Amino acid sequence: MKRLRYILVLLLAVLPLYAGAQESDEVDLDIQEYLFGHVGDAYEWHITTVNGKPVSIPLPVIVRSKTTGWHCFSSKHLEEGAHEGFYISTSEKYNGKIVEQNAAGEEIRPLDLSITKNVLALMINSLILILLVLSTARWYRKHDAVEEAPKGFPGLMEMMVTMVEDDIIKECVGKDYKRYSPYLLTAFFFIFINNLMGIVPFFPGGANVTGNIAVTLVLAVCTFIAVNVFGNKHYWKDILWPDVPTWLKVPVPLMPAIEIIGMFTKPFSLMVRLFANIFAGHCMILGVVAVIFLTAKMGVAMNAGLSAVAIFLGVFMDVLELLVAFIQAYVFTMLSAVFIGMSRQEAETE
Amino acid sequence: MSLITPDFGLLVWMTLIFGIVFFVLAKWGFPLITGMVDKRSDRINKSIAEAHEAEKMLSDLAGRQERMIEETRREQARILKEAADARDKLIADAKEQARDEASKLIEEARTRIAAEKESALRDIRTEVAGLSVDVAEKVLREKLSTDEAQLALIDKMIGEVTASKPN
Repeated sequence: MKRLRYILVLLLAVLPLYAGAQESDEVDLDIQEYLFGHVGDAYEWHITTVNGKPVSIPLPVIVRSKTTGWHCFSSKHLEEGAHEGFYISTSEKYNGKIVEQNAAGEEIRPLDLSITKNVLALMINSLILILLVLSTARWYRKHDAVEEAPKGFPGLMEMMVTMVEDDIIKECVGKDYKRYSPYLLTAFFFIFINNLMGIVPFFPGGANVTGNIAVTLVLAVCTFIAVNVFGNKHYWKDILWPDVPTWLKVPVPLMPAIEIIGMFTKPFSLMVRLFANIFAGHCMILGVVAVIFLTAKMGVAMNAGLSAVAIFLGVFMDVLELLVAFIQAYVFTMLSAVFIGMSRQEAETE
Repeated sequence: MSLITPDFGLLVWMTLIFGIVFFVLAKWGFPLITGMVDKRSDRINKSIAEAHEAEKMLSDLAGRQERMIEETRREQARILKEAADARDKLIADAKEQARDEASKLIEEARTRIAAEKESALRDIRTEVAGLSVDVAEKVLREKLSTDEAQLALIDKMIGEVTASKPN
């Protein structure tokens, strides 16, 4: 009986979709646009569509044209078309980006520092992160932490911080881990909170921040700097003059070349791993949800059945993404710590 | 294509935002938390070590107490034994003394009795002698009350003396 009621509720939930599908003709879903609209960056934050009209938060567009200088306007002006000479391109090369036309009529990209959806999401998430950590730090400032352990939220934060510090940083970096622990902790919590916010399906979450290559690129560059700028003598010797037979180093510096390439592939793999994992997770969830809309035209029974499957899979994927959100933050931090630890290794005394 | 080509604007913003986040958290956030946690774990470790020490001390103390009790008990037993010995000795001595005293007294009594007896015997003997003299006197007086008897006796005595003279 109970199960029957569930099925009924599910059917009723899908019915309006079906009715809506029959009313309008433009329900044909462009899957590619739908997917990339959700996982990609945008100049406005699209929240929902009511009666065919998009409801979105307009964001500031900040561009600098080579010819006309700085421009700053709201993205809602772009909906109607060109504004101050700028418009969103539909061409193959700059699809979805703001462009202007030069004298020859070709599309060129201005210097684009717009607060896009991802930038705003980054700001919001960073603000949340700072508030969370500083509120925890405040607890420590107000209490004698030597005498008592925090409860509630600060306790949770302490548990996570100590987990990262003890399991990753101390283990992987080695003896002067204290110097790197603020960066690694920041990286962990930054990635973790952005991953989690990415799973929240509505504003202010849902932006695919850590699934954007620019974001992971910056994180990877930070690790690259942390590894190479503070690398010790032994590390550089291992790269430029490794302990291998001499013919591998002279006259053709085979091993040094490989090592130098390795210097860059390590952070590169960090960048791609995080990006690909989060991006793929978003795509999977969106794909599963898309099933509901794709089958809306196929009749109630089909739609309801597949919707049930899609909802089940969606829940599964969401939970999986929770796990992935943690694992990717953990892996990024751990590998960064390992690379840093390798650059801090002392020569083995034999 | 734009999926894997980093967008310059986002790159700039991300660098800026991450830089700020890192600065804020590295200055006021994580070092405070980790420092406090370290301090606390240090303190906990120290407390555990102290507790261990105290426990050890306590067990030492218990051992010492045990030893003291044991010692005291031995001392007590020794003193008791000594007291018992002293008592026994005292009693034995007293007995000995009493026995000596008694035997001395008995001896004395015996000598005195002997002396008494001697003197009594002596008295009796003198008495008896006196008596026999008296009796003899009386007998003689009776026998020699007449002159003939006296003469007869004188004769007899002379006869005896003369009879024995030739010898």
